[in-house]
Amino acid sequence: MTDDIATLTLQLAQDPASLAFVPLADALRRRGQLDAALTVVTRGSARYPEMADAHDLVARIHADRGDGDAAFDAWTTVVRLVPDHLGAHKGLAFLAYRSGDLGRSVKHLTAALELAPDDTTLASAIERIRTVMAGRVVAASGKVAPPPEAPQRSATESTPTLLFDQQGRVLRGTLERMDGVDASEAVAAALAGVSREAERAARLLNLGEWKALAIESGAVNFELRSPSSETLLLVMRGREVPAGRLARIADKAVEQARHWLEEDA
Amino acid sequence: MNNREQEVLDGVSRITGVRSALLVSSDDGLVVAESTLDDQATEAAAAFAARLVQRLGVLTRTLHTPPMSVLLMQATGGQLFIATGAEGLLLVAVTTNDVNIGEVRLALLDAAGRLN
Repeated sequence: MTDDIATLTLQLAQDPASLAFVPLADALRRRGQLDAALTVVTRGSARYPEMADAHDLVARIHADRGDGDAAFDAWTTVVRLVPDHLGAHKGLAFLAYRSGDLGRSVKHLTAALELAPDDTTLASAIERIRTVMAGRVVAASGKVAPPPEAPQRSATESTPTLLFDQQGRVLRGTLERMDGVDASEAVAAALAGVSREAERAARLLNLGEWKALAIESGAVNFELRSPSSETLLLVMRGREVPAGRLARIADKAVEQARHWLEEDA
Repeated sequence: MNNREQEVLDGVSRITGVRSALLVSSDDGLVVAESTLDDQATEAAAAFAARLVQRLGVLTRTLHTPPMSVLLMQATGGQLFIATGAEGLLLVAVTTNDVNIGEVRLALLDAAGRLN
């Protein structure tokens, strides 16, 4: 990746009109260097204002930075230039979902599905959102009154939690992306074995045994624990749940996971 | 290492319970600047910090959430704090367990901002 960035940077320096700005900005974005990525792609898109993929990349960088308004503007520009741009419809669906405009989200997801009919994640996302919308309509019509003393779900129950093993296989729970697409398998595969890295780091730094990894990522906080030597547990909450409270929720989730693992043994 | 970097790191390492404060290149895990109070293995801390950020960065990309800003590894004998800065740099602090987590977190984020 670093070599790619160096090569592309050199290529762009030698020829400022080069289209290398797109892969360069994307490589910077993937490395989390969002400011640099935005600078590169903004300069490039100013030179090529009709290039839809450049505006698409601008939108994705803004979305990564949590600037939904700027992302919306950029993806709207993409759709104006290329009405059948799959990435832009997915992006606009994501923004609409995040802002609570489920109808608009379904509209863009449907457009995306027409462009990529084999993408089963799009179909399941549409189905999931329509289910939520149907629930809202029923509740608003008053046809079905909610139970007056419906038990509230505990913080642990309402916390997206994923238990998986060191080989990256999901054992229990689910995690979804912001657009509702199930990412459980991908997360388990990506984090398999990460506890061994933490274990090695703690040992070599004379920190003893690792207990927890807390991760802040924009609007989302994560906590990673190891309920047993062979398993990992990831909990995820919005930033409105303070880190200290998330740690307590993770404590309870670890207890539940250990109980479940013992029962399952 | 320049005076500004050293000044920023010294500010972090002055917090009670901070054993080392490092500026690390996230690409290769090498120490760019450091402020250490004891015989900490700063090269190892830098390398592991970069490695952990790379491994856990996959999580945020997979879930389409913004990139990681702060990572805290808690262990029985101490803690490793990492804040991501601009230009591929990481601000890293190795601390004892009785440190004020909120204070270290804010100091690292402030340091990252000052080095932008």
